Amino acid sequence: MTALSDPSATLAPRAPSRFWRKMRASKSAILGAILVAFFVLVALAAPILPLPGPTETDWGAVRKAPSAAHLFGTDEIGRDVLSRMVWGAQASLMAGVVSVLIAVALGVPLGMVSGYLRGWSDAVISRFTEALLAAPFLILAIALAAFLGPSLSNAMIAIGLSAMPLFIRLARAQTMSVMTEDYVESARAIGLGHVALIRKYILPNIFPPILVQATLTIATAIIAEASLSFLGLGQQPPAPSWGSMLNVAKNFLEQAPWMAMWPGIAIFLVVLGFNLLGDGLRDALDPKDL
Amino acid sequence: MSQDVILKAEGLRREFVTQKPLFGKPTVVRAVDGVTLSILQGETFAIVGESGCGKSTLARLLVRLIEPTAGSVWYEGDDIARLDPRALRDLRKDLQFIFQDPLSSLNPQMTVGALIEEPLITHGIGDKVQRRARVADLLSRVGLIPTHADRYPHEFSGGQRQRIGIARALATGPRLIIGDEPVSALDVSIQAQVVNILEDLKEAFGLTLVVIAHDLAVIRHMADRVAVMYLGEIVELARAEDLFTAPQHPYTATLLAAIPIARVGSRRESARVGPRQERAQLDGDLPNPTAPPPGCRFHTRCPHAQARCSTERPALRDLGGRQVACHFAETLELTGLDGADAARSPATTARFALYRAARAQEDGTAVADKTDSTTEETRT
Repeated sequence: MTALSDPSATLAPRAPSRFWRKMRASKSAILGAILVAFFVLVALAAPILPLPGPTETDWGAVRKAPSAAHLFGTDEIGRDVLSRMVWGAQASLMAGVVSVLIAVALGVPLGMVSGYLRGWSDAVISRFTEALLAAPFLILAIALAAFLGPSLSNAMIAIGLSAMPLFIRLARAQTMSVMTEDYVESARAIGLGHVALIRKYILPNIFPPILVQATLTIATAIIAEASLSFLGLGQQPPAPSWGSMLNVAKNFLEQAPWMAMWPGIAIFLVVLGFNLLGDGLRDALDPKDL
Repeated sequence: MSQDVILKAEGLRREFVTQKPLFGKPTVVRAVDGVTLSILQGETFAIVGESGCGKSTLARLLVRLIEPTAGSVWYEGDDIARLDPRALRDLRKDLQFIFQDPLSSLNPQMTVGALIEEPLITHGIGDKVQRRARVADLLSRVGLIPTHADRYPHEFSGGQRQRIGIARALATGPRLIIGDEPVSALDVSIQAQVVNILEDLKEAFGLTLVVIAHDLAVIRHMADRVAVMYLGEIVELARAEDLFTAPQHPYTATLLAAIPIARVGSRRESARVGPRQERAQLDGDLPNPTAPPPGCRFHTRCPHAQARCSTERPALRDLGGRQVACHFAETLELTGLDGADAARSPATTARFALYRAARAQEDGTAVADKTDSTTEETRT
């Protein structure tokens, strides 16, 4: 064994994780992460913040402009807008995260089956996906929510099902591209079974783009939840959500603009946060640039 | 070398559909068209040919990484082209594969240790402790350090990655390893290293090696027998030294002529520019494989082609210990490597003579001959 005592068997010291290095270098990704973290913290801290209850009415202070007593003002039946904003954050973030989890949990396996097996199962799943995609996202969500009945959990299911085709298509395309990689052939060459191949080779390699898509879709889902609540198909009164608050506020735009302003700003900021975070993740997880 | 046949292919054919119009006949490429060969226990068998001749397809057919359109592959009395999936997976323990590109053939999400351990887990070999020991042993056998097991493939250099690929192929203790251009993606200096490792391991584990290559120089040092492929067919199959010194198929001769000689100003007799009949270099590209030429497939580029070649297809014939698919194999006089090596073009010879004369004049001593002999020695 002559060539085996080989000087090239030394390696450069390990570099710090490329992912974290790139995430930290991106200012917009950090801003996105801060925004998302802020709203998550606010939503989690809702029960312990020194605020009046979100459904507590004060008939002595109806549609009052922001003041020391009510920092964000009060609504048409004297409820504290700040309190409703904080509690509404829970509904909005939950709706965003849960509906995307539904979409991922259903869409990714279907897409992987489709891309892995090809053939007739691919044909069936793909036609089904195309049929769903033919209807605009929000229209589909509204139709499904109306069909399921108005409630926050039904709105989440409706949004999840509407976002599912996106993940089917993404998982299918990613699976098909990973399937052509040499390392999949090398897995077959050592005799790996289908289950192990999917679990160890395909899933980890299609995961990064799906994570990015999921982050970006949370933003869309939050807007969709606000829209459904605005239409009365999501969070039901008196429980607060940003969408339902906007729904009520539209009647008082002239008299009490603060009722619409705060939920609007919050939706804008949280959607911006998720979008910036998603873009940052996409850049950091892209293996092609260092 | 014992003469037992370990792997045998019979009439192996693989077609790829390249275009399938809604109506009418689909366009079909016969990537491998009726290949029959036997690989002997313990030998190094090389398959060479230019890009697109079907050698990688053949390699994958031999271990059924792709399905044959027709024909059979025999391993230990079983036709592996007809094994059920479970039996085929068991077979993978014995027949392993090394890939051309060591980076793309290693899962980027797995550590080196996990990659090498994976075949052991798949085939239920050993418990956790034994497997870890085996991984460490394999790593040191291919010249890596056992602590490298915790690193990821992208942290290694090309040659190191290919050695990881080799360790992974060796893990289950296979009897036969097929290398699909195992060194062609590596630097020349690293190629030699990997070739040496392969040869050492072949010795140590009693392996049979099948090496696919387009680089004849690599093959010459490794192979016992060589099969030359052209457009999906074997055109010549012979012992390596016979093939290199006395090729009997014109295509083999042109491949040999293309090997560069490491000596200033040297050109092979057969490669020298001259009238078309004297050149062994190939004109043009491989013919379109979807519409291979009739008769001998090589006749469109063959310097020795005659009328018969364009109509009658030559079969692979036995010619005293070797097989050749050429109508005129007995009568052609083709140049191999050794005969042509010494040739230096007249212009260069003249120039070297001038240098020598100038040097002799300067020094006034007889260094001329010495200078010349050192130049000769640097040639390998």
